[in-house]
Amino acid sequence: MELQSLIYLFVGVSFAIYIGIALWAKAGSTKDFYVAGGGVHPVANGMATAADWMSAASFISLAGIISFMGSAGGAYLMGWTGGYVLLAMLLAPYLRKFGKFTVPDFVGDRYYSSGARLVAVIAVIFVSFTYVAGQMRGVGIVFSRFLQVDVNTGVIIGMAIVFFYSVLGGMKGITYTQVAQYVVMIFAYMIPAIFLSLQVTDTFIPQLGLFATTTFEFHDGVRVIPEGTYLLHALDQSLADLGFTEYTNTGNLWNVFMLTTALMLGTAGLPHVIVRFFTVPTVKDARISAGWALVFIAIMYTTISSVAAFSRVNLIKNVQNVEYKAFVNGELTHADGTPNNGAWFKTWENGGLLAWTDRNGDGKIQYAPDAAFVGGKPAFDGTNVGIHGERVTTNAKPAANSGKIENELYVDRDIMVLANPEIANLPNWVIAFIAAGGLAAALSTAAGLLLVIASSISHDLMGQVIFKDPETGKSKLNEKSELMWARLSAVVAILIAGYLGINPPGFVAQVVAFAFGLAAAAFFPTIILGVFDKRMNKEGAIAGILTGLIFTFGYIVYFVFLGGDKADYFLGIAPTGIGTIGTILHLIVAFVVSRMTPPPPQEIQELVELIRIPSGAGAAHDH
Amino acid sequence: MSPEKAQAYWKENISTIIKLLVVWFVVSFGCGIIFIEQLNSIEIAGVKLGFWFAQQGSIYAFVILIFVYVKVMTGIDEKYGVNE
Repeated sequence: MELQSLIYLFVGVSFAIYIGIALWAKAGSTKDFYVAGGGVHPVANGMATAADWMSAASFISLAGIISFMGSAGGAYLMGWTGGYVLLAMLLAPYLRKFGKFTVPDFVGDRYYSSGARLVAVIAVIFVSFTYVAGQMRGVGIVFSRFLQVDVNTGVIIGMAIVFFYSVLGGMKGITYTQVAQYVVMIFAYMIPAIFLSLQVTDTFIPQLGLFATTTFEFHDGVRVIPEGTYLLHALDQSLADLGFTEYTNTGNLWNVFMLTTALMLGTAGLPHVIVRFFTVPTVKDARISAGWALVFIAIMYTTISSVAAFSRVNLIKNVQNVEYKAFVNGELTHADGTPNNGAWFKTWENGGLLAWTDRNGDGKIQYAPDAAFVGGKPAFDGTNVGIHGERVTTNAKPAANSGKIENELYVDRDIMVLANPEIANLPNWVIAFIAAGGLAAALSTAAGLLLVIASSISHDLMGQVIFKDPETGKSKLNEKSELMWARLSAVVAILIAGYLGINPPGFVAQVVAFAFGLAAAAFFPTIILGVFDKRMNKEGAIAGILTGLIFTFGYIVYFVFLGGDKADYFLGIAPTGIGTIGTILHLIVAFVVSRMTPPPPQEIQELVELIRIPSGAGAAHDH
Repeated sequence: MSPEKAQAYWKENISTIIKLLVVWFVVSFGCGIIFIEQLNSIEIAGVKLGFWFAQQGSIYAFVILIFVYVKVMTGIDEKYGVNE
């Protein structure tokens, strides 16, 4: 079957499954809508958490980022998995026992303050919108690359699908859709990874491929690395030959440390992850569920580390010193006689994610560390082609890099995953599967985030602040009208997310810094203190949250948007890792302020006692 | 549950968490970042040990840690009769 029809088929079938699940799992109550009725099996919840967690960025970009970062990329791998250990031991069981619906719920009740709840609601909404805009953008990008539709049309199609199952099914619909999305996503990721591993190292399991030897004579443009060399030796050697930093070079360990910490704390503090543990029946299930979530995440994350190394080897092997014209026309072979068909290169060059400029005039592609295109990205003139058939760019010619190999190649990191099946000459259905997988990754994360936004608005803002009965302290909304508000909030959230996906503001590109940094600095400490420090009071909590939020937000804005100079970094910490310092400041300020102000009321201290004991969690109860 | 018993339960919980978090710190921050250079001098089938911890080993350890935690806590819950 034609590639295009196969892609329509795979994406169409997966969408039909999601919609079918949404119809089956319709939410009948607010409890269904917020926490899927509180009866999700821990393994199913683990799978849903993994799908919720692994975003379009994990699926499409992460292997590419690590491919170019090498060893230091471990910060992302450790950071985005290690947080689950904190979640399992320090948050999930107690929050499950607490048994409410949202993170602001916990903050508002534990710190007996509507003000604290309001600050938490605002932070949840900002963090989640930053994150969701990137997901909607991801949906649009996958659509535009694989289905030949405009990015904006892609975003609108994505909105329609998410709309269907999150507005109708709430958390219940989302949870079971995410289970299906995890399955689609993991197969889509593993199949090309296994093929790649077989091709480069003749090893079936990609994780073990790192320990294997190369299956080919590796011509890196400077020397020939013989077949049977250990993969990472071959990679380090070729990168050194071309003037790159070696792959296993450890990088700036101080920033790796800070980034890893910020990502771990942020992971444990992200509301859309935390809320998933409200959906299981008991405290013990919450613990187990965190374990299963990490198992499902680990399958993909440990594969990512291998895919990153394989694809860097593959890139050099396939493009270094090959004649451009013959390469893209499919006329070349490797030294061992296997074809080296560069049709994929042309496809992605047409998409603007690859570019080549013949700096030394030899008609061959050279790949090296310096910038081939002044300004970083290629600016295509849109109409002209060069003498070899390449797309002409209007970038200024870079200064000669005498004595060294001059780089002539621009590679967008995203293609390291997306183009892999084409580079490896895999059958068309694998490429179709990747399209469905990328969409599953983006949609599952988007839905989880939208739900968190919707429930923060309907449950916390409407129910606990705006429609709060001042006499009884309870919500004036009845079950039915709160469910209606929840659906309405979901609709509004989807519309805003779609708008942000079509017109992405600058902060969306800083999702790692903003979402993780703020989740780490605002939520993680306040929840931990709420459980582990009985003496923590309202004053300490509010002071802590505000300190963490304002410091982290201010630091990122100053250095990313207001032109702050790298030389002025606090202790040399990049904005992506500053959440770590925000968290520490939060803890210190909260502790000091709480000890200088009166202890929390007796009933709050009793509430903390209760949260610490697992039995009697029952189902998440309503107010 | 009496306050003394609740306190004893909480103490055991905390000491379990601390022990496991020490391991958590050692496999990730220790082996994957702080001592990565030293561990990199050990190589297994072409893979430097520190590099492996930073990119794969720590993740396997995290998974094991959570399941150990579940098992230990289930035991403690039963001992204090707070399991469900």
